[in-house]
Amino acid sequence: MLTVSVSPHIKSGESVEKIMWTVVACLLPPLVLSVFIFGIQTLIVTLISVLSCVGAEAISQKLLHRPVTVKDGSAVITGLLLAYVIPPGVPYWIPILGAVMAIYVAKHLLGGIGFNIFNPALIGRAFLMATFPVAMTSAWLPPIRDAAVFKYMGSGIDAVSTATPLYILKHYGASALMEKFGTMSTIYGDFLVGWRPGCIGETSAVVLLIGGLFLIYKRYITWHIPVSIIVSVGFFTWVFGGERLFTGNPLLAVLSGGVFLGAFFMATDYVTSPSQRTAKLIFGSGVGALTVLIRLKGGYPEGVCYAILLMNPLVPALEGWFRPKRFAPQKGA
Amino acid sequence: MNDSLLTFPKGGVHPPEAKDLTEHSAVETLPIPEEVEILLHQHFGAPCRPLIKKKDRVAEGDVIGNVEKGLGAAVHASVTGNVKAIAASAHPVSVKAPSVIIQTDPEAGTPEWPASDWKALSRDELLGRVKNAGIVGVGGAGFPTHVKLSPPPGARVDTLILNGAECEPYLTTDHRLMLEQPGAVIEGARILMGILDIKECHIGIEANKPDAIEAMKTASGKAESNGFNVSVSALKVKYPQGSEKQLIQSITGRRVPGFGLPFDVGVIVQNVGTAKAVYDAVVLQKPLYEKIVTVSGRGIARPANLLVRVGTRISDIVAFLGGTLPGLTKVILGGPMMGFAVPTLNIPVTKTTSGILFLTGEEIDARSYGQCIRCGWCLDVCPMGLSPNEIGIYVEAGRAGDTSQFGVFECFECGCCAYACPAKRPLVQFIRLAKMTAKK
Repeated sequence: MLTVSVSPHIKSGESVEKIMWTVVACLLPPLVLSVFIFGIQTLIVTLISVLSCVGAEAISQKLLHRPVTVKDGSAVITGLLLAYVIPPGVPYWIPILGAVMAIYVAKHLLGGIGFNIFNPALIGRAFLMATFPVAMTSAWLPPIRDAAVFKYMGSGIDAVSTATPLYILKHYGASALMEKFGTMSTIYGDFLVGWRPGCIGETSAVVLLIGGLFLIYKRYITWHIPVSIIVSVGFFTWVFGGERLFTGNPLLAVLSGGVFLGAFFMATDYVTSPSQRTAKLIFGSGVGALTVLIRLKGGYPEGVCYAILLMNPLVPALEGWFRPKRFAPQKGA
Repeated sequence: MNDSLLTFPKGGVHPPEAKDLTEHSAVETLPIPEEVEILLHQHFGAPCRPLIKKKDRVAEGDVIGNVEKGLGAAVHASVTGNVKAIAASAHPVSVKAPSVIIQTDPEAGTPEWPASDWKALSRDELLGRVKNAGIVGVGGAGFPTHVKLSPPPGARVDTLILNGAECEPYLTTDHRLMLEQPGAVIEGARILMGILDIKECHIGIEANKPDAIEAMKTASGKAESNGFNVSVSALKVKYPQGSEKQLIQSITGRRVPGFGLPFDVGVIVQNVGTAKAVYDAVVLQKPLYEKIVTVSGRGIARPANLLVRVGTRISDIVAFLGGTLPGLTKVILGGPMMGFAVPTLNIPVTKTTSGILFLTGEEIDARSYGQCIRCGWCLDVCPMGLSPNEIGIYVEAGRAGDTSQFGVFECFECGCCAYACPAKRPLVQFIRLAKMTAKK
């Protein structure tokens, strides 16, 4: 029996599964590193988050009478990203609730993959921040220096004694930062590799950069959004972030908080970011500007998560304003 | 190749070429079949009316159908024999198309087509020979050539482009033609330039055919120039390099306007096979009733390039080549990007059939599709700058009527979007559905 269907009869080797699982692979090195920085805790939280997201997706799709698509790997990515933006010391029910919010509400109730307006992992995090502010802002763990990865297991976690660099910078100033973390060159070195308190997957700029560059090499993402975010965070911090104008520290700003994670893995989500180059640059610049605004003037020390969520609803408009250039100018023009 | 390759700037994809199956096979002549089924509608325009009746005796080359009023081209008998029936044939697009079935007379001799000089003929006489031979664009669209060579009075045409790109995977008919009969193609180009009264001709050939490029360069240099400039342009290998609008832009930089035609920018494009058919028609006064066809894919016992009579059924070709192989999943008329899948081998070759592909499961992609993930890759690869993703989403939502804003009527269905889509969405099918209901 011959198959009869519409052309084209050949297709490229790429697929949604291939893209998603490649992203998952790029997101695993930060997890491995975080085990050495914060202990086995991070692995457990991440595993719970991933399993909750996958489970939530299967249940949601069954409830909504849609085909179950967990095999495509997108729920796994949401699970990883959700875990990466929460502190390592949180109680285990936190990622479960976040997963339900991210997958059931932010993704499937809005129409499923391709139709959600907001980045699901970030909605999960924003929900957790708003609903459980204490758990989400005090579960930091100090970095482990001697690879004793089981240090924080078992006997309750003494979490309150640490705060993130951005928190210290915002509430106590730059001199307090150096008192806590050392000279500027020590800070840059530690922050680049990831040795600082922070959320599970956001601390290491280097490892995230490598993963991001690989995705660019594979042509799964382009440089426009990551570069425009990093550059605008640096630029606006330099202009407004210091005591006087043009005295801010762009390098510190870019290496702190979730800039690299957001720039390469969150803001580049296909569904919630624009397709055309100029639109991408505008989107990224907006995220960067809003990040600095929230960091300097808002109530939170870190703004990447909300900056991306605030730019997400603008994407349908950006898509409409920036369509590909037509080949054929209209006849008789 | 030291000089840089020409190409179009926006869009395009790079499917695996798969030409190694037949690119080194010289063209073989298929033995005349016992019966041919000649469709009366093998061109763009109105169908022909038959000029013969059942039981009539026809000779190879006799005209058997013509279009009195409207756009069309004559159809000729491809064998000598008796008209067995005038019936309906299976056709991938028209579904049932009227056709003339001729039973071949095995005793009949081969007609002679002596060459004659054409330089003394007037433009009208040249056009007359093209028209009488029933020549249509053999690259696939089948536009009546005598009409294409008579652009409206306002159009000022200064350039002829011969399309030797052959950008579809698997197909090697133009390649072999240029390699084996470069002189006839070049002479055909000169005739076309004579008809159009232009001095400039570019032959566009993709760089994966270096031997053809060499052969055509040599042949164009050999013949006397007479003030005509015939040059060969090497093109980057990219699909759809052979698309008319993209070819014109690659070679001349001019862009055909929306809903316009090449003569709007002073260009006429003809496939190299059509140029050779023009040579046959004018120099040999031989009508168009034979075709070089690439039969390829891993589902046929012996891939080959064959010279076949128009009206030969695919089943006769398959028998000649040793049958199909297990694992055959799709039979396609044309190339894999824009060709038509057919359900049966009982379909005849027409003037515009360039390829018959027998593809196995490994060669095609039959994965089911999912929701649009808004990756935007279709926007990157569309050579016309359209938005196939939006068209697909609108059609699925029942709003096909609103899709003209996304350029649905400028789409020539090249298939780049569906090729690139990671969700395997049938974008060309969505676009075809949209074209049926969208408001202009």
